[in-house]
Amino acid sequence: MNAITIGFKNLTRKKIRTTLTVAGIALAVAVLVSLLGFDAGYQKSLSGDIDKLGYHLLVTAKGCPYEAATLILKGGGGLRYMEENIFKRIASDPRVDKITPQLMNSVYNQEGAGGKGAFAMYVGIEHSYLELKPWLKFRWGGWFSGSAADEVIMGYEAAEVEQRKPGDKVFVPGVSKVLTVKGVLKRSGTQDDGVIFLPLATAQNIFELPGKLTGVGVKLKDIGQIADFEESLYNEPGIQVVSLAEVRGTILNLVASARAMAGSVALIAIFVALIGVTNTILVSVFERTREIGVMKALGASSFDVFKIVWSETVIVCALGGLAGVILAISGSGLTAKVIRGMLPYAPQGELVLIKGEFVWMALLAAIVVGLIAGTYPAWRASRMKPVEAIRAGE
Amino acid sequence: MKDVIVRAEKISKIYKLPGEQIAAVKDIDLDIYAGDFISIMGPSGSGKTTLLDLIGCLTSATGGRLTVMGRDVSGAGESCLVKVRRQFLGFVFQDFLLIPSLTVVENVLLSLYFSRQHQDKKRAINVLNLVGLGQRLNHLPAQLSGGEKQRVAIARAIITNPKLLLADEPTGNLDSRASQEVFDLFKQLNEKEGLAVVVVTHNPELGNQAGRVIKLKDGRLAA
Repeated sequence: MNAITIGFKNLTRKKIRTTLTVAGIALAVAVLVSLLGFDAGYQKSLSGDIDKLGYHLLVTAKGCPYEAATLILKGGGGLRYMEENIFKRIASDPRVDKITPQLMNSVYNQEGAGGKGAFAMYVGIEHSYLELKPWLKFRWGGWFSGSAADEVIMGYEAAEVEQRKPGDKVFVPGVSKVLTVKGVLKRSGTQDDGVIFLPLATAQNIFELPGKLTGVGVKLKDIGQIADFEESLYNEPGIQVVSLAEVRGTILNLVASARAMAGSVALIAIFVALIGVTNTILVSVFERTREIGVMKALGASSFDVFKIVWSETVIVCALGGLAGVILAISGSGLTAKVIRGMLPYAPQGELVLIKGEFVWMALLAAIVVGLIAGTYPAWRASRMKPVEAIRAGE
Repeated sequence: MKDVIVRAEKISKIYKLPGEQIAAVKDIDLDIYAGDFISIMGPSGSGKTTLLDLIGCLTSATGGRLTVMGRDVSGAGESCLVKVRRQFLGFVFQDFLLIPSLTVVENVLLSLYFSRQHQDKKRAINVLNLVGLGQRLNHLPAQLSGGEKQRVAIARAIITNPKLLLADEPTGNLDSRASQEVFDLFKQLNEKEGLAVVVVTHNPELGNQAGRVIKLKDGRLAA
């Protein structure tokens, strides 16, 4: 028999009330853990996506940096175009290790997504694209038969959705063009999985953008030369150079406000839960006034009573913390799915990454909340005078 | 010569209310010796319970001198009074006031925990056997009759080996048969275990069974 066992047994007296209080803490902790997990998961996934781009810099037409960042990671249509000859000028720079031109376009397909309608992403590329991304391997088929062939190479998911294999035909809506599937890529875990690739010249032809590019991916021989390289292109008219570090920062800036909002919600939830616990335990103390008086008559000191009531709040909050962590871990898949649906751009990979340190941090936070929440009720209980407490309500 | 457990010299308890003072107990002299069995009787409002609270160090006297086992507790603070209660006193109340979430044996062990004594379960079982509840060790208070609850309360009070057992209307919520059984238990503890017992009661039939009867009226000792 000690303060913790007495406190625990007291909590079992009002099971529904205790369960609801634990649930309040659990929800707050689940929000906190999920938020920390999202923060870590998003950053890791974003870094993974950027690392898998294969290049250090993207040269795009001058415009909004957010658009450029989106273009890099998600692709997009209706964006600005640059002249192809810029690609040739950059390619001649001796600092360049590898370079690849791209022309992106998205086309709305009314029959896509099971008849609901969806955008399909088309990217015109040259073979250098695969050289920059050596992890892209063919599942079936191979490279285009010519630099202007009416052929496509489909990313893993694009092929799965369309149920296409080499030799099948692909109709490009809006441009009334039928192309032949030449190859299908293996799953890469990147945005490339959802893309339909075609030869750059073919893309320029069917989308009526001759001599145009949306971007040029550049890998330098020495990554330390990024700043110098950017500087050298500064005076080039009509283009901007976006480094991957900038892209990372830009995307994180985009989600920072959402993170701040979610963080505020988590803090408010914890504060509300704290007040809820204080209120519940305080009510419980008032209900047990006579019992507390008897405890004192039996020899309990004020500190004994304080410890018992404090134990109750810590137990409630620790259980709530544990339940919240379990809830966050078991619901992380669903949380990731919901967040993915809400964000304009969500990187591939595990979007909610719950690390061990978050679990300990959340449990510690729950216990601290318990200690704070329990202080006032415990103090009130410990201050009760035995004779007044015993005679209360007589 | 018997040992004096409690010595009250002209003790008073006066409650100060706005505009008036109420003397619940006034100038009472009382010695309680080892082995005494005392009943305190009197009409409602005569100060019986207040006197018991004073003797039991549950509250401090506003006047006079009170010693428990030779220790002057007049005007002592709560931290001092709690030590005296732990060491020398046991309490039984009219409403039993057992902890509903604890079993019978846990309610008894609770007293040892608060008294800073070793929580010896065997000892608790022996005491519960003594009060006739050896078969109800793991029952919750809600599963017991009123008489059984009061016997658990008595076991809880005596397990710490107090010098004096104080009972405030211990039969107030019991029928006449259970009341007599509880009173018989007090007599048994007094006669066989040598425990001094002070019982506040309204019931003259029971009160008159005590070795010494103290009658109060308007906070003072009656004739």
